[in-house]
Amino acid sequence: MNPDLVKMIFGRLNLEALPLHEPILVGTFAVVATGGLALFAIVTYFRLWTYLWREWFTTVDHKRIGIMYMILGIVMLLRGFADALMMRLQQAIAFNGSDGYLPAHHYDQVFTAHGVIMIFFVAMPLVTGLMNYVVPLQIGARDVSFPFLNNFSFWMTVGGAVLVMMSLFVGEFARTGWLAYPPLSNIGYSPDVGVDYYIWGLQVAGVGTTLSGINLVCTIVKLRAPGMTMMKMPVFTWTSLCTNVLIVASFPVLTAVLALLSLDRYVGTNFFTNDFGGNPMMYVNLIWIWGHPEVYILVLPAFGIFSEVTATFSGKRLFGYTSMVYATVVITILSYLVWLHHFFTMGSGASVNSFFGITTMIISIPTGAKMFNWLFTMYRGRIRFELPMMWTVAFMLTFVIGGMTGVLLAVPPADFVLHNSLFLIAHFHNVIIGGVLFGLFAGINYWFPKAFGFRLDPFWGKLSFWFWVSGFYFAFMPLYVLGLMGVTRRLRVFDDPSLQIWFVIAAFGAFLILLGIGAMLMQFAVSILRREQLKDTTGDPWNARTLEWATSSPPPDYNFAFTPVVYDNDAWWDMKRRGYKRPLGGFKPIHMPSNTGTGIILAGFATVMGFALIWYIWWLAAVSFVALLAVAIGHTFNYHRDFHIPADEVVRTEDARTRVLAAGAQT
Amino acid sequence: MSVATTITTQDSEPIFHVVDEHDHPEGASTMLGFWIYLMSDCLIFAMLFATYGVLGGNYAAGPSPKDLFDLKLVALNTTMLLLSSITYGFAMLTMEKSKIGQTQLWLAITGLFGLAFLGIELTEFAHMIHEGATPQRSAFLSSFFTLVGTHGLHVTFGLVWLVTLMVQTARFGLTTANRRRLMCLSMFWHFLDVVWIGVFTFVYLLGMLR
Repeated sequence: MNPDLVKMIFGRLNLEALPLHEPILVGTFAVVATGGLALFAIVTYFRLWTYLWREWFTTVDHKRIGIMYMILGIVMLLRGFADALMMRLQQAIAFNGSDGYLPAHHYDQVFTAHGVIMIFFVAMPLVTGLMNYVVPLQIGARDVSFPFLNNFSFWMTVGGAVLVMMSLFVGEFARTGWLAYPPLSNIGYSPDVGVDYYIWGLQVAGVGTTLSGINLVCTIVKLRAPGMTMMKMPVFTWTSLCTNVLIVASFPVLTAVLALLSLDRYVGTNFFTNDFGGNPMMYVNLIWIWGHPEVYILVLPAFGIFSEVTATFSGKRLFGYTSMVYATVVITILSYLVWLHHFFTMGSGASVNSFFGITTMIISIPTGAKMFNWLFTMYRGRIRFELPMMWTVAFMLTFVIGGMTGVLLAVPPADFVLHNSLFLIAHFHNVIIGGVLFGLFAGINYWFPKAFGFRLDPFWGKLSFWFWVSGFYFAFMPLYVLGLMGVTRRLRVFDDPSLQIWFVIAAFGAFLILLGIGAMLMQFAVSILRREQLKDTTGDPWNARTLEWATSSPPPDYNFAFTPVVYDNDAWWDMKRRGYKRPLGGFKPIHMPSNTGTGIILAGFATVMGFALIWYIWWLAAVSFVALLAVAIGHTFNYHRDFHIPADEVVRTEDARTRVLAAGAQT
Repeated sequence: MSVATTITTQDSEPIFHVVDEHDHPEGASTMLGFWIYLMSDCLIFAMLFATYGVLGGNYAAGPSPKDLFDLKLVALNTTMLLLSSITYGFAMLTMEKSKIGQTQLWLAITGLFGLAFLGIELTEFAHMIHEGATPQRSAFLSSFFTLVGTHGLHVTFGLVWLVTLMVQTARFGLTTANRRRLMCLSMFWHFLDVVWIGVFTFVYLLGMLR
């Protein structure tokens, strides 16, 4: 065939893009393909496609979207962790002249993919998923402000994840590190598709994240139950509000800077080039203006989870509610004034560096205030060491270490020594695993019974807890040591044999975490099998304090048959204390949004467009763009997007709950 | 420590749920949501302005603003956009009076002004590129074309949106939903005007003084 024609149809996509010469990737593909086919077969065999499409893919229910986010995050955690294991193994054996088992070309993709996946497609979906599920329930709302947008946001996040996963088997991923600094990421030094996968994966997912940020800010500002003033909002809702404000105020920056990088790569502009007046440091500045708030986007909701968990499992009102709120807001603002600490070595001079060093250290003050608030909440409390509380205690111990090494790194002269060393790697894993991930695990164990009506199995949960926590210390404490000895990040082979023992210990830690993840998956499986024994009929298994526990588990589609009225910031605790009686009659039809397939279709076209742009298949990019626009405009011609749940259906649902509650009270 | 509230006392039966639920009016959060979206968009422009601020003096031995900008043309262009904002305002005023024909007329005039703006901008771009002042020539030109072009792209989408809303108004009338949509586009359109004033001042006027 005419090569020009082939090029026009397929762009730069050809058979060589398939990594058939890399046995590791072929093996992975075989496993993924078998798993995928098995899943496909199961779904088809049980005729679940219609059910999945009607009840899940097209749903606008914030609870189901939240659960789908969680599933996405957990699936991607497996991929991101597989990358981590590969790196640990490589670094543990690449001594004494050995090259390890990963070629440089592959190793560089692995560490880039690990960072990108863990931040964008594990931590973000898990955090967004929890916020999506919990916030509307905590504020007594029926759904979020823009239910359709919520569905669309989720599928855009999935679209980004699909592009990043695709790079594993079609072409390759970026070899630039997770922030793709130019000039390395520019077309001259990274002519392959790797950086383009990176750009379009993040752009597609970024649209979803920004829109879901807008959505949740509106929800919290507009849809609170009567009586719930700002200072009566649960702390998790507060931290979610701050996180979503940060999302709206930082993700556009990422969008803009990645757009500039793509112009450099696609059009040949000179933003971040070395010649024609371009300035690579501009990219570094801009991307960290997004990047530093991003850290707080992840950790603030975790702080919120710890606040709920500590109060609930200590059986006490949260200590220092007001100071907790102000600490959160102060952290939100300060997170914008510290970005330069990521590159003190840029050479901005002593005054600029000291400004950013000092602002960075100041952040430890509100964070410390929170820590003391949790401690004082526990003080003289009747603490129940259930799983969420265990994760919280592990967090408090671990996060303090990470916080202190952070303050150490904030001192510019110290940073000059430790910049880009394994000390930094140990620090941020210490705060992200010890803060965000432990928080998410606490949240998953805490809210799982709300979402599914049965608790998670405590035995496998505790096993997972101990493997995770000890594994974390084994994996990252050696990296602090290595960093202090001057070992830099992202190295593939080592000369000095005396370092090997530390890497072997770190690899052992990673192995323990593997067991922790395995135990966690077992925990889910065992809990589903034992769901009858673990069942909770009360809707309030932990004797908790906030509104989400006032409704049934799982909550009905409409969340609350009547909108609750709030008098106290521990609204549900207040209701229980004052002898609240569930209303048994007088139900009315409930106004709800209808499901729609537009979100998944739009996200599908956006993903195809991303793929086409990555491979220079211009006609496909144009076609999918036009299709995207046409579907979006077509959607606006549909004016009937809501329906009413009839009153007798509400009556039926509520009567069923009354019977369950009565049966539960007898046993 | 008492947690009793001002609304009820411990003795009287507290009311814990709303019995007579008023329906949330549809689209009650849309205006707030759209404002927040506009602010996020504003941040994208802020980044482009910042980039222009940093790189705008890097001519790389190529042409500078003085060699390229024709202030008379830009003044004409600015007039087009400002007028379109005024006519959009008239469209909103007539919408308030539910005069559908006049609303459509003012919307159409707004669209024509928008088209004129885009036409003049494209002429300017074509002229510059023809003279060799391409986006690839220097960091100054990269950031110039990106900032001004992004604004132009926004106007283009605004026009597509305008046509869509005109069709919807013609088919379904000035319903609550359509009024809300026209209101959102109004905010979008004025926002682009404000951004353009920044571009005009910061890029063109200050560029000539540079």
